[in-house]
Amino acid sequence: MILYFLSLVLFVMGLYCLVAKKNIIKKIIGIVIIEYSINLFLVLIGYRSGGIAPILLRGMERSEIIDRGVDPLPQALVLTSIVIGLGVLALMVAMCLRLYEKYKTFDMSEINKLRG
Amino acid sequence: MEIYLLILLIFMIIGSIIAIEAKNLLSSVISVGVVGFCLSIAFLMLGAPDIAITQVVVEILILVVLIRATITMDNTAIEEGGGTFPFVTSLIFFGLFLFFAFFALLEIPRFGEPLMRVSSEYLKTGPEKTGATNIVTAVLLDFRAYDTLGEATVLFTSIVGAFGILRRRGRKHKREIDTEKVGILEDADIKKDFKGF
Amino acid sequence: MARDVDKEIRDTSKGMTSIVKTIVRFAMGIIILFGAYIVLYGHLTPGGGFSGGVILASAFIVLTLAFGKDMALGKLGDKAASILDNSGALAFAIIGLLGYTAGYYFLNFIDHGTTFELFSAGIIMPCNIAIGIKVTASVFAIFMALSIFGRFISALVEEEE
Repeated sequence: MILYFLSLVLFVMGLYCLVAKKNIIKKIIGIVIIEYSINLFLVLIGYRSGGIAPILLRGMERSEIIDRGVDPLPQALVLTSIVIGLGVLALMVAMCLRLYEKYKTFDMSEINKLRG
Repeated sequence: MEIYLLILLIFMIIGSIIAIEAKNLLSSVISVGVVGFCLSIAFLMLGAPDIAITQVVVEILILVVLIRATITMDNTAIEEGGGTFPFVTSLIFFGLFLFFAFFALLEIPRFGEPLMRVSSEYLKTGPEKTGATNIVTAVLLDFRAYDTLGEATVLFTSIVGAFGILRRRGRKHKREIDTEKVGILEDADIKKDFKGF
Repeated sequence: MARDVDKEIRDTSKGMTSIVKTIVRFAMGIIILFGAYIVLYGHLTPGGGFSGGVILASAFIVLTLAFGKDMALGKLGDKAASILDNSGALAFAIIGLLGYTAGYYFLNFIDHGTTFELFSAGIIMPCNIAIGIKVTASVFAIFMALSIFGRFISALVEEEE
């Protein structure tokens, strides 16, 4: 229970970094921290006490996996989510490089000014 | 087991505080790397070895891409001008969020006793029905293969989007196009009457 | 051929120093072997298509960082990466559609075989290979695009000043 709460605290810190900082790279770092915290939360939900990984090895009894295996469904979700996070980060950095080419700065308050 | 996870989570929170508040951009990127590696150890302790392998390698690639973005600018020190108003407002709202989340988190099943209605079927009949001994891969590619098709499409879309942004159309090419004769001005009659802008 | 590689290693104008280049020459084969193992044995040990694809892509990225992007583009050009990416995604969708021959979408219609063997579990191994090729080509291509674009804008900033 305290573990769920701490991972939500990590989420809130990433959200603060996304909202309240001016530099674009800091905002991207905030999004990365949000992704980490949510992946951790999903895997934490599926943990079983004294659990082993859901992989059947040679010479293992079937009942051992059924009694002690952790939940395989959140793990399948998180596995693809991590790789998709890499793709989305590449997209954000591409946008950031284009903004730098046009405005010559990473500062968001300069980019936000309307130019008449 | 829970005490080790608690220590790892506290390390992650300290690392992300450093990543948020550091003045030098390169230092914050390295702190994000620390958070990622602690996360991969946490995944290994939670009984998820596939995810731990993926997280380590993707963490390294995230560091490489972020450092590539950071050294675009020559000086990596930045001026922080957050101000007090965003800080205080976000503190109030996120404090309210955490307060209500605490009461909401008391309702979900306790840590260590998951509600495995569908997954118990997967664990019981997985090796016979699919023939694979890695139950996570069997769930990902046999029981839920349609969702994996959706995930592959999302990955494909994000890469295509990044390509579309980075397409090479620089100043030099634009200058060439501007002085080239565009279609309508090649027409001889229009060009006769046309005196210029 | 050894003499060309020697010249490449001693040329310090692009890429990193010669120590890094020597180690990368040796390590890249090992990384590709490990990535291929994780993709192929995805249904028996931890891993699968996504993990193995990212490991294979990181082998090419290490090559780019150590030797410069021209050498990496010589090994796997951008057109080839784009074609591999598309064909991997298409192969995954076609394997799913082939399930129609047995009545359902994405049905595991190949014979299961004995467990703990490499060629078991029906449809899972071809799917892993298709996803592995797709993820490798995608990650490598986007890294190349970011690297080429970066050179381009720093040249642009210099030409303006």
